[in-house]
Order: sequence, then C-alpha cells, then structure tokens
Amino acid sequence: MDTHRASLTRRAGLIAAGVIPAAFVALFFVVPFAAILGRGLGQDGGLSLPSDIWLSGETLRILWFTIWQAVVSTALTLAAGLPLAWAVGRYSFPGRALVRALVLVPFVLPTVVVATAFLALLPDGVEQGLPAILAAHVFFNIAIVTLIVGGAWEGLGREPWEAAATLGAGPWRRLREVTLPLLAPALSAAAALTFLFCFTSFGVVLILGGPGRSTLETEIYLQAARAFDLRTAAALSLLQLAMVALALLAISRLEASSSGGRAAAAARDGLRRPAGRERAAVAAVLAASGTALALPLAMLVARSLDTGTTAWRRLFEETPALLVTPWHAIVNSVLFAAVAAGLSVAVGGLAAAVLARVRPGALDALVLLPLGASAVMLGFGFLIAFDEPPLDFRSSWWLVPVAQSLVAAPFVVRIVAPALRSIDPRLREAAAVLGASPGRAWREIDLPLTARAVGVAAGFAFAIALGEFGATVFVARAEWPTLPVSIFRFLGRPGAENQSIAGALAVCLAALTVVAALTLHRTAPGRRGPL
Amino acid sequence: MLRAAGIRVRFDGVAAVDNATIDVPEGQTLAVLGPSGCGKSTLLRVIAGLQRPEAGRVELDGRDVRDVPPHRRGIGLMFQDDVLFPHRDVAGNVAFGLRMANRPRQEIERRVGELLELVGLAGFQRRSVTSLSGGERQRVALARALAPEPRVLLLDEPLGALDRPLHDRLLTELEELFARIGVTVVAVTHDVTDAFALGHRVAVMRAGRVVQAATPDQLWERPADGWVARFLGHANVEERDGRALVIRPEAVLVERDPLGGATVVSAERRGPLVRVRVRLADGSALESVTTGIDHPRAGEAVAVEVDPSGAVEVLAWEDATP
Repeated sequence: MDTHRASLTRRAGLIAAGVIPAAFVALFFVVPFAAILGRGLGQDGGLSLPSDIWLSGETLRILWFTIWQAVVSTALTLAAGLPLAWAVGRYSFPGRALVRALVLVPFVLPTVVVATAFLALLPDGVEQGLPAILAAHVFFNIAIVTLIVGGAWEGLGREPWEAAATLGAGPWRRLREVTLPLLAPALSAAAALTFLFCFTSFGVVLILGGPGRSTLETEIYLQAARAFDLRTAAALSLLQLAMVALALLAISRLEASSSGGRAAAAARDGLRRPAGRERAAVAAVLAASGTALALPLAMLVARSLDTGTTAWRRLFEETPALLVTPWHAIVNSVLFAAVAAGLSVAVGGLAAAVLARVRPGALDALVLLPLGASAVMLGFGFLIAFDEPPLDFRSSWWLVPVAQSLVAAPFVVRIVAPALRSIDPRLREAAAVLGASPGRAWREIDLPLTARAVGVAAGFAFAIALGEFGATVFVARAEWPTLPVSIFRFLGRPGAENQSIAGALAVCLAALTVVAALTLHRTAPGRRGPL
Repeated sequence: MLRAAGIRVRFDGVAAVDNATIDVPEGQTLAVLGPSGCGKSTLLRVIAGLQRPEAGRVELDGRDVRDVPPHRRGIGLMFQDDVLFPHRDVAGNVAFGLRMANRPRQEIERRVGELLELVGLAGFQRRSVTSLSGGERQRVALARALAPEPRVLLLDEPLGALDRPLHDRLLTELEELFARIGVTVVAVTHDVTDAFALGHRVAVMRAGRVVQAATPDQLWERPADGWVARFLGHANVEERDGRALVIRPEAVLVERDPLGGATVVSAERRGPLVRVRVRLADGSALESVTTGIDHPRAGEAVAVEVDPSGAVEVLAWEDATP
C-alpha cells in the first residue's frame, strides 16, 4: 500500500509543517492573549466581564472617536485616491509605472515617520490634532485606493464602456451605470482595508493626537504604559479585538464577493493615451497628488536640518533621551528587522504551505487574526505574559524580533499562499511520473515557483519589522531601542534639537524602508504585491 | 505487458471507472476511446499511479504495481494540454526525468538533443517554454515523457487542443514514432479518427466501463451494440425491440435509376469519399459511401441495394457487465 503510505507521509509532512507555526503562534500569540483575557476578565479570583470599563463614558467617548475618525479618514482617502486611480487605471502615460511605484512609498513608510513628517508640516504652536491625523491617514492609505481601484479600472478595459456608448449612454450615464457598478467591489474592498488601517492606527494618533485625542489603540498603550492600569488596558484590548474581528469578517465577505470580478482583470489594452482635456486633467491630478505626497517628506528632511547639521552629528553621540547613541538604534533596528523577516518568512511560509493544501479560506482568518488583533495589543500581551518564570523573557533581546515577526507573518502568508495555490497540481503529478519523489517534487516545483513570492514577502516583512512601533514600544528595552521607539522618545522631549534629531532619525528610517520596498518592487513581477 | 483489470474508482460515491479491464501487448498501442466523462482519463491516472483505485489491479510484465508509487513505476504520462514546467527551458523540461534518474550530465545532454531531434525541435534547448506554439509545446511534452525511456507511455488527449492541420500532421508523426521506437502506448481520446489511426486495438469506454476492445476493422465491422455503432460514426443504425440493425455505408450500393424508387437527399464530399444519403420508398433513410466523381446528386432518383454481408444485428445497448 505504498501510495497509501505516500499519502500518509504527505499528510504527516503537512502536519509537521503545520506544527511549527502553530506552536509559534500558541506561545507568542495565544499565551499573551490568554494573559490579556485573564487580566480583563479575572477579578478578585473570580470571572466577570469588565462591563464597568466597557460602558464607562470615557470608553464610549474613545470608541466613538475611533470609529468616527476612521470613517472620515476613509471617506477622505477615497476622495483623494479616486482621481489617481482614474489616471493610472484609464490612461497610459510616460512614467505611469513610476507613479504606481511612488504611490506605494507612503504606504510602506513607518507610522512614526509619517507622524513626524506631519508634525514638521504643522506651523509651530498650532494645536496638534484632528486635521493632522486625518491628513496623515489619507497620505498613508491613498496607495490602497489607487492600486486596488486603479487595478480594477484597468481590468475593466474599454469594452463595457464602449458598449454602453453604442447603446446611447452619455458620459455621466456611463459613469453611473457602467463604471461605478463594475468598480463597486474594488471600491468597497479598498474602503474596508483603509477603514481597518485607520481604525487600528497607533503611531499617527499617539504622536499627532495629543492629549484628549485617544483611539482604542492608543488608550490601551496609555493605560498600560503610562497609567499602569492593566485591567483597563486589558478590557480595552478585548473591545478592540471584538471590533477588529467584526471588520475582518466584513472584509473577508467583501473579498469573497469580489473575487469573481478579479478574473476579468485579464483584459488589457484598455489603457490609452490621454488626449486634449483629458491630458490636462491627468497632468493636474498627478501634479496635485505628487505635491501632496512629497510635501510632508520634504518637510521632514527640512526638520532634520532645522539646527544645521547638528542633529545629524548628534546621531553618533550619547544622548539623555536614550541609553545608547541613536546610531546604535539604527543598527538595532536593522538587525532586529532581519531576524524578524527570517522568522516571519519561516513561520508564515510554513503556514502558507499548509493553508495552500487545505480548503481555501478555511484557516485564512485564523492566520490573519494577529494582523487584526493589533500590534499594541500584542505588545501589551507580551508585557504581561512574559514577565515571570517560566516565561520570563523580558530581558531577552529576541522578544523584539519575535513580536515584529508576528506582526509581519500574516502579510507573508497573504503573499506566499496565493503563489502556492496558483501552482497547477498537475505540475507535481508530471514531476511524479517523471520519477520525482514527493519531497523532490516539492524542491523542483513548489520551491522555485514560489521563490519570487518568498523574496517579496521577506522584503515586505523586513520593511514592516523596521517600522514596527505598536508592539515594539512595549518590548524594546532601553538598552536596545529601535528606530521608531527612539524617534518617539526624541519627539517627547522639548527643544528644537531633539525634534531635529527625531527628524534625522525619521529620514534614516524612511530611507531604509524605501530601499527595502524598492528592492521588493524590483523583484515583484508586475503588480503582485501585499495588496 | 500492461494489464489493468477490474479497475473501479468512485468520486463522491459515483463510479467514474467501473470494473474496467484493458490489456496491451508489448510494443503495441491501445487507444481508449469514449465520450468526455466516460472515465478514460481517470483510468489513465490509475495506471500512472496518480489515482488509487477502489478495486482492481494494475500489472506491468505480470507484476502487480499497486504498491509502487508513481515516481517508481517507470511509466510516462503526457498530459492533456502539455503541463510543461514554466520555470524551466525546453532542455530543462526534457531533461527532468533523466535528472530524477540520476543519469550523468553528458548522457542527459546527448539524450535531450536526440529527443528534440526526434520530435522535430532540434536546437530548441534554450528556448523558454512560454515562447512556444501549441504544437511545439505538445512536442516538448512528448519528448519529456519519452526521455526516461518509460516501459509504458500514457497519452491523455495528446492532440486535443491543436488546430486541424497541425493535429493531422502530429497524428501521423506519432504513429510513425511509436512504430519506430517500439514503445507500449495507451492513448486516450474522444476522437474516433485519432483512435483508429493510433491504436492497434481500440477499447471503447462508456460510463466507466470498457464495452468493446478490438482492432479498428473488427470494431467497424461488428460494433458491440447500437450505441457503439453510432459513436464510431455508423449512420445506418436502426433500433427495434432492443435490437439494432447496423448496415455499413460501403455495403449500401446506390445507382442512378429513374424507377429505383429512392431519392438522393444529399451528397457531400469528405476528402476522397462521398457520403450519399438517400430516402427509400417507405420513408426510411440510408447512408452510402462512394468514391466516384460522377456520383448521384441531391434530388436524383436512384435504386438502392444492400449487400447482406455488410449488415449485422446486435443488441441496442449491451450491458457489458461480465
């Protein structure tokens, strides 16, 4: 019964491949989560829902603000992103590929960098707050709208539009009755993702929000790290988890319903050169968007030079803000991010290998949970779960990359699993009848055909880990700060020089991230990306 | 040499292959012919070891290979629409089986060259498989399957996706090639012409069963039942009371005769043959085949005579359960 044995071996291999990520997730996600549950629900030895916290006026106010700012940010992002989506989705023009690549830059920039940039944009003395948060969210997520909706627009081709024209529909009727309904799945998918990112936004709100502008995410941090009210932090984490689970559920529904439309994206040559008035419109859109996206980054560089080159020289000097020089923070960040990328590719890759073999979608939500559970909650869970024997890891340096890899791993799965799924199973059969054992077939077929996706995933994981702030801020000890944590520390100190050093560090972080992202974009074939 | 006996495969309780048996002597080609969904591809996958049968045995040279996984069976399989490895060039595809067998590098290189020459693609080694046309891809797939010198070569609709002229050319080439290298072949197809051209013997499958296995001539002369007759292309099949009368068109003789009592409905040329359909005085229709240029035309009155040796009475629908 060798074929039977072979299928057993295959199953055993599948289970073994599943055990490693499962064990990793169990130790570093379930244990912290259980600790949060314990803190949130346990009271005086018994169990009770923390409804006093959930229903307090303060919590409701924070929840309301969280939802409200996310909705407004999403609406503004759609409004700002649609013209760009129209330009890259409908027209071909010189530098179109470059525009598509550049629009991704804000998306991959660390939240701390963007927050620092918008801080630099604000005139001194102006109240930090809502406009800055909203603007930063738009800056961040405009790539989502541009690429998802623009991609769908390109996929529509010109045929439906031309068919409507021959049937007598004018430009507005065509937009209303053909283009918009066809784009609806992409629009709602982009809106849902943007909403989720704004809802769980941490660095931007923490840095730009100032006092009294708390979202659930920042409040968890403030309660845990500033007020040391662990029970409130835990209760808010559970609330955040529930809200995010709802949002994720909605997104997976949307993705399921829009997958039919994605098949049509094969249609090409829908792009044409803009002519006449269109040309002016496309140029205007590109110029306006380009200025809006470049300005904050220019201001960031300017801020780093506010005090001449002092800030840059100070990077190599001891500072009261940190226990080490800022240069050390840069080195730490790169090393941690490299380890985190390796970890998340190993764990996420194995998880993807398992997911790709089982029924599509069955376990996807499970792997995406850490993504939705919010980095801050993860960091908070680490803080309270790993502080006493036998799990006393607080002084272990590797806790930082582990936390970062958990944040990045879901993205790895999202990139690698589809690549694995897209492999025609008959290729493995062809290899088998040509004499390749199952293991050999895996090496000869699966591995080379997914190498590119794994490379992209590694680059993306590196970029995420580099800029990770929400979880890292809890677990990075003062002896080994990362770049985002250092920037945050400098921003929190008074004086133009500290602000300037924060700017310089943010420029370094942005440069590192963009280099990682550009390498990633180079290796990525066409438009396969994290989106 | 190859024998698959009593094979049964069920998917979700529905039998895809149901007690099917085939036998192929060394060096011969068996064509498995049947409509789509009759289970012929599944039977091929069972022989290759890619599909585990619920019952039945597969024997190679008298040895039961049930316990031998596909990569050790020494069977070549050419898939429907080629399934080339997209990440390897032409040589990389053809060499794959040789590398799995750990053949030395020089031998692999030499053999790849030979095979590409054999399939008419000499010098294509470094070409990317994505740059090839459908026919070229199919040839690469054939070379890849042949390279490790399999004891048995299985072909799943080898000419399925090709356009007509290419199809016909490759068909002839396959016939010649198999005769030359003396490989044992099982070719699955839904096309009667292909089956008759390729197979020394043809096994007709219906609903998971082999209902008849014989040489093309025997099949044509004496189809197992009315369904097989129609599937093979017999037009003169008259079913009555569970019996079917099959009259071969070449046994229907049609001659111009104003008093013959029959009328030509249509006459259409198919290459060297002309198919003449006539309506008899009693209203029934018959089809005849002739080779002449001066054949009866539509509307002409004709006399019809049937050579009794060309008529055979069979069951309307035979249940092939042994």
